[in-house]
Parts: sequence; C-alpha cells; structure tokens
Amino acid sequence: MSVIFVLIPLLAAIAIFSGVKARITALIASGLILFLGLGSVFCWQADVWSMSFEVLTTPSIHLAMGFYDGISVIMLLLSVIVLYAAILHGGAPEGSERLWYGSSLLIGAGAIGAFLSTDLFFFYAFHELALIPTFLMIGILGKGERKEAAWKITIYLAFGSIVLLAGLLWLVNASGSESWLFKDLLASEIDPSAQKGIAALLIVGFGTLVSLFPFHSWAAPAYASAPTPVAMLHAGVLKKFGLYGLIRFYPMVSEGMQDWLGLLIILLLGNILWVGFVTINQKRMDTLLGNSSVMHMGYIFLAFAALIEAGSASANTIAIPAAVVLMFAHGISIAMLFCLSDSIQKRTNTLELTELGGLAKAAPKLAFLFGLAGMASIGLPGLANFSGEVLVFLSGFESYKGGPLGCVQVATILALWGVVISAVYMLRAFRGTFQGPAVKNSTGVADLTFMEKMPAMILAAALLIVGLYPNSLLSLLEGCGCQVSSDATEQSDN
Amino acid sequence: MPAHWLEAYVVLAGIVLLMLEAFLPRKEKFLIGCLGIGALIFGLVLLFWAEAPENNKEMTRFYAWDSQAKFFKGFALLAGIMTLTLCLDYRKILAKFTANPDSDDSTGEYYCLILFAVAGMMWMASAKDLVSLFVSLELTTITLYILVAYMRRNVGSLEAGVKFLILGAISTGFLVYGISWIYGATGTTSLAAIGETMSEENSTYLLFGLALILISLAFKVGAVPMHLWIPDVYQGAPTPTTAFLSVASKASGFAVALRVLQPFFENSITAEKTTFIVAVLAGATILVGNLAAIPQTNFKRLLAYSSIANAGFILLGIAAWNSKSDLSAFQVTGFYLSVYFLMTFAAFFILGAIHRDSGSDEIAAFEGLGTRNPALAFLTTIVIGALAGLPLTAGFFGKLFAFQAAVGASLWIPISLGFVGVAAGFFYYFKIIRAMYWRKSLKTSPVKVRLLSFYVIAVLTGLIILLGFFPQPILWLLGA
Repeated sequence: MSVIFVLIPLLAAIAIFSGVKARITALIASGLILFLGLGSVFCWQADVWSMSFEVLTTPSIHLAMGFYDGISVIMLLLSVIVLYAAILHGGAPEGSERLWYGSSLLIGAGAIGAFLSTDLFFFYAFHELALIPTFLMIGILGKGERKEAAWKITIYLAFGSIVLLAGLLWLVNASGSESWLFKDLLASEIDPSAQKGIAALLIVGFGTLVSLFPFHSWAAPAYASAPTPVAMLHAGVLKKFGLYGLIRFYPMVSEGMQDWLGLLIILLLGNILWVGFVTINQKRMDTLLGNSSVMHMGYIFLAFAALIEAGSASANTIAIPAAVVLMFAHGISIAMLFCLSDSIQKRTNTLELTELGGLAKAAPKLAFLFGLAGMASIGLPGLANFSGEVLVFLSGFESYKGGPLGCVQVATILALWGVVISAVYMLRAFRGTFQGPAVKNSTGVADLTFMEKMPAMILAAALLIVGLYPNSLLSLLEGCGCQVSSDATEQSDN
Repeated sequence: MPAHWLEAYVVLAGIVLLMLEAFLPRKEKFLIGCLGIGALIFGLVLLFWAEAPENNKEMTRFYAWDSQAKFFKGFALLAGIMTLTLCLDYRKILAKFTANPDSDDSTGEYYCLILFAVAGMMWMASAKDLVSLFVSLELTTITLYILVAYMRRNVGSLEAGVKFLILGAISTGFLVYGISWIYGATGTTSLAAIGETMSEENSTYLLFGLALILISLAFKVGAVPMHLWIPDVYQGAPTPTTAFLSVASKASGFAVALRVLQPFFENSITAEKTTFIVAVLAGATILVGNLAAIPQTNFKRLLAYSSIANAGFILLGIAAWNSKSDLSAFQVTGFYLSVYFLMTFAAFFILGAIHRDSGSDEIAAFEGLGTRNPALAFLTTIVIGALAGLPLTAGFFGKLFAFQAAVGASLWIPISLGFVGVAAGFFYYFKIIRAMYWRKSLKTSPVKVRLLSFYVIAVLTGLIILLGFFPQPILWLLGA
C-alpha cells in the first residue's frame, strides 16, 4: 500500500507535464499524501502498508516498500510536510509553472520512495530519481550563479552516488544475502576484513550526499541559487537520505565503522566548527542559511559517532533517536528559513545583509516567523531542534563511565561551542535584517499575506509540537536499529 | 524448419530485392527499404519456428544452435530493422551525396547491403568452428566497407571508408594468423575440440593464437588497443551505418568473442591467464573510452567514444566469466547489449532529427532544444540518463550486472577503473543536457521531428524506462 505515497506525486507530475493545471494538481497531490502520511503514523505497523514484487530473479531484486521501522515513518512525515509547504509556497515564474511544480513533485516522490523502500536497489534508485530534477531546476530556473552551482552540485553528488554504489554493491556481495531486501541483508553477516573497506565507501558516499566536511562545498552555492521549493526539499528532506542510509546499514558494518571513528569525528568537527566560522562570515542571507545547514549536519554525525563508539544501537539507546529527531527538526526548520528568506527577497529584492535592516516595522509577522525558525535552528527550548540537540549531547556521554574522556566525549564538548556559533550568526542575521533603523529597501513593504504565511505556519506547528512533546516522535523510535539482535531481550524485559 | 535456412532466407531476400531494385522507378526506391524491413520482420518470426539442424552432420559441426545463437540472431535481425527504419528518414542525405539529390536514385542498394550484413551476423552468432567464424565475419566486414563509404561524394565518408578498409584488412590478417597458430597447436579448427586437446604443453601456443584473435576481435568491438578507427569512421560514415556499426557489428563481435573465449575460460590451465588478458583489455578500454570522450564537442564522436567505453564495460562482464555471480557471462553480455541497443538507436534517431534540422552533428546543435522542442528534449534527457547509467533506467542494470559479475570475480583494478569511467560518463553525457536546457540558441524556430522517427524514439525511451523498473523480460529472452 505504501507505494501510493510515491505513485500519487509521480502520477501528478506526469499529469502536470502532459498539460493538466499545474499548481492545483500539485496542491491536491501533496495535500493528499500529507493527510495519508499523518494518518499512517497511527497505524504504520499494520501489514497493509508493506508490499513486495519481485522485478528480477537473478540477482533477486524486489520493488518492496513499507515502513521498515519508526525511522521510515518519521522520514515520511518530514517529506510530506516539507513537500506540502514547498508546493504551497509556490512562486513559479510566469511560463514555467509546469516544470516548477512537476519537478518539485518528482523530487518529493523520489525522496519518499527512498525512505520507504525496503529493498536496497530501489532505496538507491529513488534517490537518484530525485536528484535529476534537482539539478535541472537549479540549472534552468535558479538564481544568481545558477550554472556554476548546478554544475558543481551535479559533479559532487554524482561522485558521491558512484562511490556509494560501489560500497553498496560490495556490501551486497560480501553479505552473501539471498536478495536485496533489507530484512535479508540485515540478517546476514559480513566478514570483518571486508567491513572496513565497505564502511569507508559508505562514509564517503553517503557523506558527500549529506555534505560531510570536506565534501560540503557544493551545498551553500547550490542552495543559494536553487529555486525556493528545491532548496526546501533538498536541504530539508533529500539530504537526510545519506544519514538515513548510514543509520540503516550501520548494523551490517558496525565493526568496520569502528576503524573510522577517529577520522569521522575530525570531519564532523570540521562541519560544526570550521563551517560554523565560515557561516559567521557570510554576507548574504541565502549562503548563510546554506552554510548553516551544512554545519548542523555535524551534530547528526556526532550522534552517529556516539552510536559507533557504543558498538550497537542497544548499547547506546539514545543515539539513533537523537539523530532522527534532529534530522526531522533540522529538515523542518531549514525549509522554513528558506521559505521565509524567499519572502524577504521578494519584498526587498536583495539578500545582502548589509543592504537589509528594520524590516520588522513594516512586516512584523514575517519577523516573528523568521525569528521563530531562527531560534529553532539555534536550539531554543520548546522547539523541535532543542530536543534533538539535547539528545545528541546526551548520547555523546551515554557510554561514558567515568575516568578519562573518550574521543566522542571530547568531540561533544567541542560541539557544544557550535551552539554558540550558530547563535552568533543567526542572531546577527536576524538583527541585521529585521531590527535597527529601516533602510531604503525595507520601508513600505507589505507584510506576509495569508497564502505566504500558511507554509511557514504549518512548519512552525510541526516544530512546536515536536518541541513541546518530543515523545510524539520518540515513541515511534523505541528499539529502532536493534530489532534483529534484541527482539528476545526486549520481550523478556516486558 | 532447420535453423540454417534462416541465413539462406535473408541472403535470398537481399538478392531478390537487389534485382527488384533495378526495375523500380527512380523516385520509389524507398520501397526497397520498406520491403527489406518486412523481410527482416518475417525472418524474426521464422526464428521462433526454427529448430536445430540435426539430420545434417556437416552442418552441426559448424553450426551452433543454442540460446546464445538464437539471441544474437534475433539481435542482428532487430538491429537490421532499426537501421532500415533510420535509413528511411535519412535517404535524402544519402541521395545528396551519391547521385541526384531530387530522387531516391542509387539509394536502393544501401538497403540490400544491410540485409547481407545481417545474414553475415546471423552466421557469426552460430559459428562454432574457426573456419565458419572467419567466413561469416568477412561477409559482414566486406559489406560494411561499402556501407561506410557509401556517400561517395562526401569526403568524410570516403576518408572513413579508406581508414576502415585498411585497418579492417590488418585485423583480418591478425585473425588468420591467430587461427593458424591455434590450428598448428591442436590440429583442429573446431572450438569444442580445441578445448579438449588443451594441455600444459600447447597452452603457450594456444594463448598466443588467442591473443592474435583477440586483437582482431578488439577491432570488431572497438576495444583498446584497436579502437583508433572508431571516432573517425563513426563521424564520417552515414548515420544509419554508424548506428549499425556501433550496435549490430559490435554485438556480433561479442557473440564471436564469447564462442572463442569459452574453451579458454573453461579450462583450468588457461583460465587465469585468459581472465588476465581480458581484464586488462576491459580496464584499458573503459579508461580510454571514457576519458577521451570528455573533451568531445561533436555528438557523433561523443557517441563513438561512448561506444568504446561501453565495449569496456561488456568486456568487464566477460572477464568475470568464472565469477560466482548468478548470471553467466553470456547473460551479462546479452543484457548489456540489449540495453545498449535501445539507448544507442534512440540516440542515433535523435541525432538524425537534430541533423535534419540544423545540418550539424555538434553538441552545440542541441542548444535551446528545451524550448524549441520540449518533448524531444525530455526524451533525450531520459536516453542520456540511461547512457550515463542512472538508476530506474535500463542502462543502470546493464552496468550493475557487469560490475556485480566483476565483484564476484574480484577484479578490483578494472572495477575501480570502471567507477572512474562511470563518474566521467556523468560529466560528458550531462554536457548534452546542459546544452539543451541551460544554453540559449540563436535559432528559436521549433525543431520538427519526422513522425516515424518520433514514434521510434518514444517507443525506445518507453522501453528504457520500463526495463529500468522491470528488467526480467530481457533475462527471459536470454534463457535465465
């Protein structure tokens, strides 16, 4: 059944390309899967959702979809919420509505397909399906230095995908699994000598897709020049594919990952501190947001590093929830920021921080919503990112039993400074844009209209719900990542 | 019906059409093409009725009739049909460089020649003796010499013809020399008997002979070190010939290579060394094909280098003959070639449409296609994506199987070269997408595509997508 989450946007995109009215079709399709997605949270364990159809016998590949575990549910939620907000935000230039909405739906369909696939092949393939319209949209309808940015993201992500493919093929081959289904793969064992190489390829491959330092330099220019829905969908949803994949396949290569822990920690500190300082120095709102999104990936990698240090999901029970909650929170908040920064640009025709100022007087609602999203991204208590970041820092110390600090603990302490860094740049951006005396660009502009407010409100609601009641997500994640080994122990605990 | 009548039927059809051509009025020569397509389609139907030539002892010695032979015969027939279809839309340009541009005069023989070449390729698919192999290969090659140089008033076509002739003659020399070494070492020309008489003593001579034969086959499939003719000949030859060369001729080269290599791979004395030779060829071909494609600005030359690169990927699958993977080397090769068939013919039909509009084969001719003909641009995007090997297109599965087989055989160096090649492929294939969507063209008039070409492109693209989701049908054809 869960294949409808892919089919609806896919068919809508085809309908749009063949001439049906673009915006209304896209809104109906994305609204439909938003409701289905919200509804499925309550019944995701039902059997009706999963399906499997063997498309190839040798090697055995299935078109298999379903909710593999709570992580898939949360990623689906993130996708449908951001997709709906991105479609609602709209903003297609005259004459290219079809490409605009059709591509947005295709990106959404690809991302959802990747998160719901329970077969390695389609997991990989759907992600690629989402990447092509991303490249094309940036290249065709982007802003500013769009051609260079599109070329750069294409080359980087194609490189990442190839490395990833090599790693995944090796993984399948070394596992000796009968089919490419997750359940068969995760049940099989991989020889420790092969694990090290596979782990390295997975870290580089998935890492490039998530903009892990030093493979991150595509992200900021691409997001700065991408059309707003594409920036929202890629930064908010599609980029999480890499982290989702790392968490998903971690149990197969847990020993191999151990060898790369030290290197991974250096890289993630590069994300948090190096890119953090780079972000402070940004002069434009869009590159600032793009860099901040790269920086926040470091926290999620930190939770992943804590998972590696512990050795398995059952040894560090909060690492995976921490990573997943932060993925969700970051996806929502960065989408909201990109959406609102587009509204700013429409009013002032510039995103140069030096040419902005005093916008709050003319547009208080815009200022409030932007402030909310900015605060969320810093990690203000009560908003979703706070739950995620606290869990990340806790997970860093979960396996600390006193005595000298391990490398993950040191990294956690250093990463805490990242919160200060993000407060510095986000508050400076907010002050520069909305407070102080009104400059020429920002006098007499209109405040957000109802239709402009809606997408931001939906995203803000998600941030608040998860922030005030994090258990809404955490309850879905109980026992995630350790079903295979710990089913028996869990039952005996109960 | 005994299977070997099939080839006789195709040759006969060619001769009948050739005689008919003499009596047709000048403006109606395209009828030969239509009749040729009909004859080949009928041949395809007959293929399903054919059975092994059992009661003919001499024939069974020379003539193999297994799933591999059936597949490659069908492949040659289909490639012939596609080439003739492509030619119907291309005949004006053929006429322009041969005789009177206002008539179809002197285009009639072109269709018949393709029929003869197809017959030769069908024989190659069944050749299991070095003698029948050589004869059938020459039948194909000599026909191709004419097809390449067909546009006799075009310098490029003539130059291509001369290059192809000289290098082809050299490669034939290598083939005969290799055959004589093998015959000298074993006293037989039957490939099955060669496998049986192989021993430690004669393996050196046999491997030397094999290396010489492989050089000649490398010429046929466009593999390093015999790849240098490909770009020039592809660029100069008439587009239907180029398509025919790059699909059908390459496929029959691989059909023969599979037969010749079989005894060497399956004998433990020579298996390791043969794997090494083929793996070296594969790695070098992938690297040269992909890297040399990067600076190309002409679409036909780009396709030429891409065909070299694809030959490399197929060789990678063959090198993994003794792999632990689920698919045999024949299945990997056959699957890759089927996918390659779809992608390459689609690309050549697109090129034909663009050429008719702009008179140019340059990548620059694609500029602005995104606005000048959005439907064609969309289909081109899918075809290019498949050539680059994107998932959910059939192109991905072709590469996937080749890599999977190679992983099973632990050919790590060619595999890593293969990944470099795929990454480079993204770069040069996407140049076309970039040209279509990101560049503005000076011309704004819409690009018109002939209805026949458009339908063929749409059907091929549809198949590429369909097989990208559900590749099993091709494996059924391959007997899996």
